[in-house]
Amino acid sequence: MKQNERKNVIRKPRRPPPLTKAPTGIQGLDELTGGGLPRGRPTLLCGSAGCGKTLLAMEFLVRGTMEFGEPGVFMAFEEDTTELMTNFASLGHDLKALVARKKLVLDFVHIERSEIEETGEYDLEGLFVRLGHAIDSIGARRVVLDTIEALFSGLSNTVILRAEMRRLFRWLKEKGVTAVITGERGDTRLTRYGLEEYVADCVILLDHRVEGQMATRRLRIVKYRGSTHGTSEYPFLIDEGGISVLPISSAGLMHVAGPERVSSGVPRLDAMLGGKGYYRGSSVLVTGTAGTGKTSLAAHFIHAATARGERCLWLAYEESSSQITRNMRSIGIDLEPPVRRGMLRFHAVLPSICGLEMHLVTILKLVNQFRPRIVVIDPVTNFDALGSGAEVKAMLTRLIESFKTHQITAMFGSLTVGGTPLEATDLGVSSLMDTWLLLRDVQNGAERNRFLQIVKSRGMAHSNQMREFLLTDHGVELLDVYVGPSGLLLAGGAREALEAQERAQALVRGQETEAKKRELKSKRQAMEAQVAVLQAEFEVEQAEVSTTIGQDRTRAGVLAGDRVQMARQRQSDARAAGKTPRHK
Amino acid sequence: MHAKRKAGSARATRATPADVWTLRLYVAGRTPISLAAFANLKRLCAAHLNGRYAIEVIDLVETPRRARDDQILAVPTLVRMLPGPVRKVIGDLSDTKRVLVGLDLIPAPKKSS
Repeated sequence: MKQNERKNVIRKPRRPPPLTKAPTGIQGLDELTGGGLPRGRPTLLCGSAGCGKTLLAMEFLVRGTMEFGEPGVFMAFEEDTTELMTNFASLGHDLKALVARKKLVLDFVHIERSEIEETGEYDLEGLFVRLGHAIDSIGARRVVLDTIEALFSGLSNTVILRAEMRRLFRWLKEKGVTAVITGERGDTRLTRYGLEEYVADCVILLDHRVEGQMATRRLRIVKYRGSTHGTSEYPFLIDEGGISVLPISSAGLMHVAGPERVSSGVPRLDAMLGGKGYYRGSSVLVTGTAGTGKTSLAAHFIHAATARGERCLWLAYEESSSQITRNMRSIGIDLEPPVRRGMLRFHAVLPSICGLEMHLVTILKLVNQFRPRIVVIDPVTNFDALGSGAEVKAMLTRLIESFKTHQITAMFGSLTVGGTPLEATDLGVSSLMDTWLLLRDVQNGAERNRFLQIVKSRGMAHSNQMREFLLTDHGVELLDVYVGPSGLLLAGGAREALEAQERAQALVRGQETEAKKRELKSKRQAMEAQVAVLQAEFEVEQAEVSTTIGQDRTRAGVLAGDRVQMARQRQSDARAAGKTPRHK
Repeated sequence: MHAKRKAGSARATRATPADVWTLRLYVAGRTPISLAAFANLKRLCAAHLNGRYAIEVIDLVETPRRARDDQILAVPTLVRMLPGPVRKVIGDLSDTKRVLVGLDLIPAPKKSS
């Protein structure tokens, strides 16, 4: 028994337990790191000033204690505890209460070089004692040192500092706390004083860049020993809810495409789309020149969905929500009740308020919060001012993939600039779309008329017919299209004129037929009369012929009788008397 | 009082309280450095303060709270509590001249590093 135990003890180091992780609770970051930061090990968090290091570190602690029951120690070298409490109160974290409930220790380490004289050897045992006491006082499992590099500016003996730094990280590991150490970004190195040399387990780099006047925060996992992790730069967002990171590469075209259909809100359009409408979770592109009714089509879609009890999110990048609501009321769609019921949420902003990445993060955050079944982005074309075509396409690809993963049916309005080929979308995004509705404007005489056609609709038998697209005071109507004699599409007034003409022609044709029928009838009557006359004549003739035949027979009988009489009278040949002569 | 008096004989009794220098030495356990610092401090005070001083030794291992309350980071740390303002000298106090500068017993040289 004892031997076995010993064997186990020996064996254990050979097969170390898999790396366990301490979840941060920060949206997206745990997905990127495959579950959180390395448990019981220090993680270096570096970045330039104002990139959100302190915030991320504090959120790691606050969420750690609130969501995962792991109390934390925050050792601040730059902000004192009052400043920290004030700053985080504005982000909705009540640090004071956490401190009072012994869930959190805030310790401000004050170092001022001018107040300190250094003589001879020393070590930082005071710091160790301090940290150790803080950890033990609340049973902390997480520690943040923000930013320990302040020691380098406060104390001059770097030989001692480096040795102590190495000892500190080793000590943190021995303590088994999950630590986050922040560091200022250096010119050539990740941190100004090369902290990355000591922290070898996990290094996360934060960045705050301004490109084309748009500031974007990005996060990158430089290193994560013993674990796979996302390697790209991921945009992240800081708002009143804290930090949210956007893991994008996790989108791996793994979404499930079900057979469920969702009505477009226009019955005739549903009929054109294989009789049932769009696929659930598909993306629908509606392109068209200005004023062709893209928004109205979206309003129909949304209205029908909210009536079915599905939550909808409308991302408006051109019109305010009240403008959309007012305009849609003019075609008989009232979007206000669904808004009041909480079924429809508008997010109306100008595209230029932030960069593409930020838009993406914001949208995904909204989607995660609101969990809509349907999202409308109108117009998606307004993004093209924020980046190159490839960038916009990349952003939309990620957006669509995310929608599909959540089984969200998305409709994208895209404005086609007049004069360009209608089939060319400005963003080249049509290949990403499952269904593409094209709205076009055709000038006919003194009129403009709208037409709708389905350019494509993956995976369903859809109509190849064009339809006239009417905006009435009770919504969108689709009508059959007339092709005029010259091959032109006829719609609106021209169509009505043609219809009237056709009705008149039909009437005339009907009258002609009637006349012909009557003529035929009278002809038949005439013919029948003639037939009767001829028959009568024939009967007369027949009667005459029968009489003649009778007379002839009588005459022949008489003649034969006469001949017998004459022979008898001549008595020339008695034998032949009873017979008719052989020869005449 | 959390402080532990390491050397009671060092306390001066002759001078008036206003003249007495109150010095605190923070250490973490009886390490060679902390012992050296204490020896250096005693020698220095004897030479320059002529009995007008009181030394209080605080061992952070025994009273860890004091590290936070008194803003101690490095050990040994010598703090001049009185007369004000508070001055701090860290290290084993082997460089007498720098300790004297740090305690404001002699004026700082013009180009102090």
